[in-house]
Amino acid sequence: MDYYNLMRIFAFIHLLVSIPHGYSNYVETKAGQFFSSGHTNNWAVLVCTSRFWFNYRHVANTLSVYRSVKRLGIPDSHIVLMLADDMACNYRNPKPATVFSHKNMELNVYGDDVEVDYRGYEVTVENFLRVLTGRLPPSTPRSKRLLSDDRSNILIYLTGHGGNGFLKFQDSEEISNMELADAFEQMWQKRRYNELLFIIDTCQGASMYERFYSPNLMALASSQVGEDSLSHQPDLAIGVHLMDKYTFYLLEFLEEVHPASQANMNDLFKVCPQSQCVSTPGHRTDLFQRDPGSVLITDFFGSVRKVEITKDTINLTSPVEPPIQRSGSGDIQIESLTYVDQLPVAEIIHQKPKQKDWHPPDGFILGLWTLILLVFFQTYGIKHLKHIF
Amino acid sequence: MGLFMQHLCEPDTLCHHFLMVCYLAAIVWFMGLAFEPFTLRTYMSENAMGSTMVEERFSSGERALSLAKEFDAHKRKAGGMPMEWLVKAMQARGLEVFTQSFSRKLPFPDENKERYMVRGTNVYGILRAPRAPRTEALVITAPCSPGNSNNQAVGLLLALAQYFRNQIFWAKDIIFLVNEHDLIGMQAWLEGYHHTNITGYSPLQGRAGSIQAALSLELSSDVITSLDLILEGLNGQLPNLDLANLFYAFCQKLGVLCTIQGKLQRNDWDTAEGYTHAAQTMMLMVLKQACGRSWGDHGLFLRYHIEAASIRGINGFRHYKMDVATIGRLLEGMVRKLNNLLERLHQSYFFYLLPSLSRFVSIGYYMPAFGLLAVILLLRALDLWVNLGAPALEAVDGVTEAEQPSGPGVLTVLTPVVISHLTGVALYLLPVHLQEMAVEHFPVSETEAVVLTAVAIYTAGLALPHNTQRLLSGEGTEQGWKVLKLTALLYLAVLLGCTALINFSLGFILAVTLVPITASMTPHMPKALSALAMVLLSPAFTILYCVFIYQELIEAPVSVSEGWMLFLSVISQGILDHALYGSLVYPLLALFIYPCWLMFWNILFWS
Repeated sequence: MDYYNLMRIFAFIHLLVSIPHGYSNYVETKAGQFFSSGHTNNWAVLVCTSRFWFNYRHVANTLSVYRSVKRLGIPDSHIVLMLADDMACNYRNPKPATVFSHKNMELNVYGDDVEVDYRGYEVTVENFLRVLTGRLPPSTPRSKRLLSDDRSNILIYLTGHGGNGFLKFQDSEEISNMELADAFEQMWQKRRYNELLFIIDTCQGASMYERFYSPNLMALASSQVGEDSLSHQPDLAIGVHLMDKYTFYLLEFLEEVHPASQANMNDLFKVCPQSQCVSTPGHRTDLFQRDPGSVLITDFFGSVRKVEITKDTINLTSPVEPPIQRSGSGDIQIESLTYVDQLPVAEIIHQKPKQKDWHPPDGFILGLWTLILLVFFQTYGIKHLKHIF
Repeated sequence: MGLFMQHLCEPDTLCHHFLMVCYLAAIVWFMGLAFEPFTLRTYMSENAMGSTMVEERFSSGERALSLAKEFDAHKRKAGGMPMEWLVKAMQARGLEVFTQSFSRKLPFPDENKERYMVRGTNVYGILRAPRAPRTEALVITAPCSPGNSNNQAVGLLLALAQYFRNQIFWAKDIIFLVNEHDLIGMQAWLEGYHHTNITGYSPLQGRAGSIQAALSLELSSDVITSLDLILEGLNGQLPNLDLANLFYAFCQKLGVLCTIQGKLQRNDWDTAEGYTHAAQTMMLMVLKQACGRSWGDHGLFLRYHIEAASIRGINGFRHYKMDVATIGRLLEGMVRKLNNLLERLHQSYFFYLLPSLSRFVSIGYYMPAFGLLAVILLLRALDLWVNLGAPALEAVDGVTEAEQPSGPGVLTVLTPVVISHLTGVALYLLPVHLQEMAVEHFPVSETEAVVLTAVAIYTAGLALPHNTQRLLSGEGTEQGWKVLKLTALLYLAVLLGCTALINFSLGFILAVTLVPITASMTPHMPKALSALAMVLLSPAFTILYCVFIYQELIEAPVSVSEGWMLFLSVISQGILDHALYGSLVYPLLALFIYPCWLMFWNILFWS
C-alpha cells in the first residue's frame, strides 16, 4: 500500500517537473514555427492596367483585392496601388465616389480610405518595372516605392486586357512575359523578396507566368492560353460589367479568410473552377520551395503578427528549422545561392543562334561571287583589265 | 491579229456576248444582294457602347402629352413657332436656352412655301453635363411643323429634358433643338454652330462643344404602333451603321416594332414573298439614296461628320400600341449609350445597303455589281482604241512607207463636246434665271416656269446634231465618230465611277440605263429605233421611271398624269435642294451626265 502511494506521489512529482519542460518544448516548437515561412513583412503591388469607362471591371477587380489585403492587415504604407483610370469620379458614374463589385450596389470597394499611389497616366510599363526593381529617381516619395527586403513576401496582382504572352497597359503599350520574368529575376538578385505570389486576371493569363525562372515564385492565372477570361455580371443602373468572374470568386473566397485562418494555397488553387469561371484557372508552383499545402493565405494576403505570450524564458539555442522540403522532389538539390555573372559575355559571344531552317553553306556565297567575277571577265575580256590596273 | 481585233466586238461575236453576259450578271448580282444568305447579320461594332445594359426609368409619358397639347395651343396662337413659351418651358427645366433667327431667300418659291423669303426662329436649350468639361455634345431635335404634326415630338423632347436634368451621369452636353421650317432651319442652325457661314448666317450665341451624334424625332400621335428609322441623308450619305444597330438593339430590348422604309422585317427569306419583301426594302433605300435629298431633319448633320438618324413614330393598324413613355425609354437608352462613347462612331460601316434592319450589305459586296457595268464601258473603249489603231497596221503591212491616213481634226471631235457641255450649262443656269421672263410671257407660276424651262432646254438639246452638222464644214468621218465615242465612253466611265463611289445608288441607276445604249451606239444602227431607245433611256426618263417605281414600292401607285406631275415636282425639288443645301444631284445630271448623253446622241446622228 505504501509502495502504491509512493508510486503515485512519484508520478505526480514527475508530472509536475515535466510540465514546464514540455511547455517550453511546446513554446520552442511554436517559436520554430514562427519562422517557418521565412518572412517578416508583407508587401502588395496591385495594378489595374486599363482605362475607359467600359473597363470599370478591371478597376473593381484591383480594388477588391486591395480591400481584402487591407482588411487582413497589410497597411497602406506597404501597398503600391496602381489604377489606370478613375472610375469613381468618372462623369458617367451614376454613383460618384463609389466602385461596386456586386450588382445592386451591395459592396462598395472604393470605400473612404483608398490610397492610390500611381494614378491615371502614371501607370505605365516603365513605372511598373521601376517599382518592382527599385530603380526609381531619388525624388520618388515613399508611398510610390516598393521598399521590400529579403524577408518580404510580396503579392503582385495584375488585371486588364492581355493576350498570349503580353499584357496591355493603357491602350498604348504592352509588357511581355519575358520582361516580367526578367524583372522578377532582378528582384531575386537584389534580394528584394523572400517569396512572391503572382496573380493575373486577364485573357490567356497563364502565358504571363510561363517564362518565370527565378526561385520562390508562385503564380496563379484566371485562364489558360487560348482562353478568354470572362466578366461576371452587369449592373443595369451603372451600365457596365462590374467584375471579372475569377476575381469575383476570389473576393468571395477571401471574404471568408480572417487573420487567424489556416486556409492554405491549395484552397486558393480551387477558387473558381471551370464550371463557375468558364475559363480554366491555372497555377504554377515548380519554382516555389515550400509545399503549397503548407503556405497560408495570410502569408501573402495578410500581415500577420504572430504573438505568443509566455511567462518563462525560452532557450533559442536550437537552430531555426530549415524550410520544409517539398515531398516528392527530393532530387532537386537546393544549392547555396551565389550571384550570377552580371554580364556573361563569354556565353553571348560564343553562342551561335540555333538555325531552325536550312541555310546554304557559307562557301556558297564565296562561290557565287567567284562565278559573277568569272562571267564579268569573260564578257569584257581580260584585255580590259589592263585599263583598270 | 489586227483584223481579228477589229471585228472583235461586232454583234454576234464572243466579245459582244460577253458584254451582254456582264450586264445581266450585274443586274442579277444586284438583285441577289437582297437574298438573305448573301447578307450579314448586323452587330454592334463599337466596344464603348456594348450591349443594351442600361436601366431605363423614364415614366413621364402623360407629362409629355400634356406638354404636346400646350405646344399645339401656343403654336396656333402664334401662327408659327411659339418662341416665348418654348424659351420659358426650357428654362423652367434648367436648360440654357438660346434662340436663332434666320431668313433665307429661295431661288424660286416652292409649292410648300409659296414665297421667296423664308423667315424663322430656332430655339435650343443646352443641358450642361454636371461634372464633365464642355467638350462634346449630343443633339436631340424635333421639328416645329405647322398644323397637327410633331406636337408630341416636342412634348417628348421637353419631358426628356426634364428627366435628363435630374441625372448626374452625363459626360456630354445634350442640346434639345426645335427647328422651324425643317431643313432650312436645320441648315441655319448647323451653319451657325459650326461657323461655316456659307449663306451668311451669324454664329450662335450658345455652344456646347463638338457634336458626336444627333437624333431627330418625328411623332405626331399619342400612341404609335411602330417606329421607323430613316438613315438617308443629303447626297445619299448614310450615318454609321452602329447607329442603326443601336436603334435596333433597343427596339428589341423594349419590344418595340421597328421598321425601315416603312416595311417590317419578315422571317421567311426562303419564300418568294420573303425575298421580294427584302428586295423591295432594298430598292426603296436605293431610290431614296439616289435622289440625293435628305429624307429627315438628320440629313444635314452627316456632312459635318456627325452621325445622325431620324426616328418617326407611325400609327398604323395594329393591335399592340405603345405609348409615349416607351419611346421615351427607348430614347433614354440610346442617349445613355451614346453618352458612353469616347470617340465618334467609326467602327462600323459607312457605306451599306439594308434589305432589313437586322441584315446589311456592305460596300465590298455591292460594288462588284457596278464594277461589272463599268467593265462593259471599258471593254468597249478598249475595242474602239484597238480599232482606231488597226487601219494604220493594215497600211504598214501593205506598203512600208505609206502615209498614215490623217486622223479626224480636233475640231470635229471637240465641237460636239463643247456644244454638249454648253447645253448642259444652259440646262443648269437658265431655268432659274429666266423664270421672271417666263412668268411674264406664259400663264404659269414660278415653280412651273422653272421646271418647264428645264424640260424645254432638255428637249431642245435633242435637235442639236442636225444643226451643228450644218455649221461644220465637212461630213463626219468614220474615224471621227469613233474618236468621239471613245472619248465619251471614257468620260462616262469616269463620271459613273466617281458617282458610284460617293453615292452608289445614283451611279448604279444611271449605269443601268446608260450603259447598254451608249456601249452599243453607232451611226450605222437603224435611226428611228435607236433614237427612240436613246430617248427612252435618257436621264430624264430614268427619273420618270424611278418616280413610278418608287410609288409602286410605297404601295401608292399613281396614274400617268399624276406621275408626270410628281416628276415635275421632283425636278423642282432637285433644283431647290441644290440651291438651298448643296445637293449635287441636279448639277451632276445637268452639267455632266446630260452632256455625255448628248455626245452619244451626236454620234447617233453623225452621218
